[in-house]
Amino acid sequence: MTQQFTLTVNGSSHTITADPDMPLLYALRDNLGLSNPHFGCGLAQCGACTVHLDGQPARSCITTVSSVGDAKITTLAGLGTPEKPHPLQTAYIEEQVPQCGYCINGWLMTAAAFLRDKKKPTEAEIKDALSGLKCRCGTHISILKAVKRAAEMTG
Amino acid sequence: MTKFEQSSAFTRRSILLGGGALVVSVGGAVSLDTLLSIQTAFAQGAKPPLTPDQLSSYIAVNADGTVSAFFGKMDMGHGLVVAIGQIVAEELDVPFKSVKVFMGDTANSVNQGGASGSTGIQNGGKQMRMAAAEARRVLVEMAASQLSVPADKLSIIDGVVSANNDKSKRISYAHLIGGKYFNVQLDWNKQYGNPLYAPGKAQPKNPSEHKIVGQPIKREDVAPKVFAQEDFVTDIKVPGMVHGRMIRPAVAGAVPVKVDEGSLKDIPGAKVVWDKGFLGVVADKEWDAIQAAQKLKVEWSQADAPFPEQASLYDHIRKATVRKREVGKENGNVDDAFKVAARVIDSEYEWPFQSHACMGPACALVEIKDGLVTCWSGTQKSHFVQEGLALTLDVPLDKVRVIWKTGPGSYGRSDADDCAMDAAILARAVGKPVRLQYMREQGTGWDPKGPASIHKARAAIDTAGKVIAYEFTSKGFSRIDVNTNGGKPHDTLAGQMRGVELKSGDGFGVPAESYAFDHKRLVWETIPPLLDRSSPLRSAHLRDPVGPQIHFASESFIDEVAAALKADPIEFRLRHIKEPRDVAVIKAAAESAKWETRPSPRRDQSGNKVSGRGIAYAQRNGTRVAVIAEVDIDRSTGKIWARKFTVAHDCGQIINPDGLVKCIEGNVVQGVSRTLWEEVTFDRKAVTSVDWLTYPILDITETPGEVNVVLINHPEIAPSGAGEPSIRPVAAAIANAIFDATGVRIRRVPFSPDRVKSALS
Repeated sequence: MTQQFTLTVNGSSHTITADPDMPLLYALRDNLGLSNPHFGCGLAQCGACTVHLDGQPARSCITTVSSVGDAKITTLAGLGTPEKPHPLQTAYIEEQVPQCGYCINGWLMTAAAFLRDKKKPTEAEIKDALSGLKCRCGTHISILKAVKRAAEMTG
Repeated sequence: MTKFEQSSAFTRRSILLGGGALVVSVGGAVSLDTLLSIQTAFAQGAKPPLTPDQLSSYIAVNADGTVSAFFGKMDMGHGLVVAIGQIVAEELDVPFKSVKVFMGDTANSVNQGGASGSTGIQNGGKQMRMAAAEARRVLVEMAASQLSVPADKLSIIDGVVSANNDKSKRISYAHLIGGKYFNVQLDWNKQYGNPLYAPGKAQPKNPSEHKIVGQPIKREDVAPKVFAQEDFVTDIKVPGMVHGRMIRPAVAGAVPVKVDEGSLKDIPGAKVVWDKGFLGVVADKEWDAIQAAQKLKVEWSQADAPFPEQASLYDHIRKATVRKREVGKENGNVDDAFKVAARVIDSEYEWPFQSHACMGPACALVEIKDGLVTCWSGTQKSHFVQEGLALTLDVPLDKVRVIWKTGPGSYGRSDADDCAMDAAILARAVGKPVRLQYMREQGTGWDPKGPASIHKARAAIDTAGKVIAYEFTSKGFSRIDVNTNGGKPHDTLAGQMRGVELKSGDGFGVPAESYAFDHKRLVWETIPPLLDRSSPLRSAHLRDPVGPQIHFASESFIDEVAAALKADPIEFRLRHIKEPRDVAVIKAAAESAKWETRPSPRRDQSGNKVSGRGIAYAQRNGTRVAVIAEVDIDRSTGKIWARKFTVAHDCGQIINPDGLVKCIEGNVVQGVSRTLWEEVTFDRKAVTSVDWLTYPILDITETPGEVNVVLINHPEIAPSGAGEPSIRPVAAAIANAIFDATGVRIRRVPFSPDRVKSALS
């Protein structure tokens, strides 16, 4: 049976009718028509679907829409804008990180929460925080450079 | 709901006009008759046919003076779009910023082969350079007529032509032709795809004059990705669109014999599309389509389990009937030389099936409306997908348009082309636009695979310790069991599932190097596929098709011979390599990595943590790469960290050094992943690599700490490719470094911790 849910996404409120067990990913993409996050695996193994729920990274592909509750949802589009970019977005552009770019939500949303909570992280701490995220194009070296650069910017 | 531009709003005409008015300037001391004849000769308002022999098929000057370049290849994330823009801007003498490159849309580009074989610049850029040079020549001639100044007394700055001795005599490209089409015939070689070449009368600039080519201009597509403003193929939406999902058998080769559509009665809009082995569902909402695919009750035919036990894969290859044998290179008399050898060194190497395992499974959207088929696809080859769709749907080619959009990664003949065909069949069956995305287990489990293979090498040594003969033979599944594109139904799952006649091709390759031995033979052999139809182990092109496997073996073996002869691996290579550019990359890598000359293995380490260094080199269609790997090994766990790479890379003229370095870094990291982790697993019934746990790839904690790239620029040599060459020597460089560290030779990929630990114990 479908139910009504009110989702707050990047500051805007939306009411949808959906199967309570439907993953949040499809609420965002299909019900609300957002172009990100992305479907990568549906198994919480890759990170391409990552959003923030009240600031904490969550894999929207396995997060049921009924479990979101009142949590504020932030997607990559809500992290920053060209006019007011998040330091990670600036660093990503400066380091020219992505190749295909399909994995980008996982790295940026995970790193954004990490850098907010951990000032002046070591390289090992950054790697550990980003462990498990997938990038098939092999841009990891640039990702690491960008996160370090953003860490310095937010220092 | 839609962010994409409707097809009708995205015509060449609208691009050309750019919202501005047609501007045809009539000025200068020239008779109207002359002017009209030149204008008519070179420029026209009607669109010439979109054929390879028309300049207008590649270049247009818009009403505002900006330039549109129409490119029949596309950028897989390496910044090719920037490089092509640089080439066009350079030849046309316009600012880089004023060039926009449109890629991979069959409605406005000709078939230049798509993303294929690292030919984006090598072939695609060459054609765009010739087209832009011809456009410049024509524009200068038009300006000469308008200004009454001889062409050789004119110069161009930023798209404005002016007389050398009187700068008041000037006219812009926009005034010459802006908003109209070039009407200029090119000398087309009558070939499509990668070999397409259609020069005009113009000669391109001398590389010494280049100002834009060679500059490290940044990509403009990074910011839209970073701010979530770029639409991937997965994000395209059209009105009335429904969602599709495919259903594959649990036993490869089984087909549905009974399908109970009633099992979907509770799912809104759910429909089944079934045709022989082809089985899919559609529903109004994506989540509903996913659930429908899971809930559909299907009875499958009893199929014999088609595969051998995975443990016996390499025995299977060894014993399999050879379907085709080809001697790629031979000199001297190898057989006789081995008869007189004082010593023979031989070895055998093994490489598994590997998956494209793209970041997301393939997605395509197909709309069939008013007799026109439009497909948005992440394919690398939109023009071939156009042909495949025309044949699959039995409609004329000119009724099909394929629009390339960035897909979820692409490294060759992935699942993208199959997805386009499947989506088309679903869309036709339900009479609505269908967006189909595969599920993860299909992306990894059912994509065309990089072929598994074995490689035998032997060297004959004389009494003086000199190599007198060398033989290298690869035997494996074909890299074109299904072809490099979905242009023919027999090369697609949709075709094979629906029963079209099969046509498995034979292709492999031989090492690309310049070792000169008196007697040398390089051979490949292909074997039949394990399952001839609709196989999740059908083999095809995966980044640097068969290059990593061949050069893992050949460059490991060269190292083995060097070690057997107690020679330094680089000194030994340089003793035999003949081509100066090959020598140069090896020396450049050695110098940058501060290579210490000594034989491998090193003998000065004890304990569990050891390290070593290894070199490998290869050519690829004109490009030469040497890779030095420095690795750390924990003997107690078998875990390898490929800590540092030094890559010397010569691809002739460099168009964009920063883009090239990024491209090489990605090659190396993906190469490390494929070497250390990647192996498609299967049981007797099916592929069991279905996600990131069962098909692990490299993690950021295992990423090399350093990739130092030494670029060797040869502006005088036409550029060759870079998208794949540097992945080619990575596996051998790592294997050789492991040997250097431990004295143990690992001859089977991947070098997973278990395998390394057991080899070292």
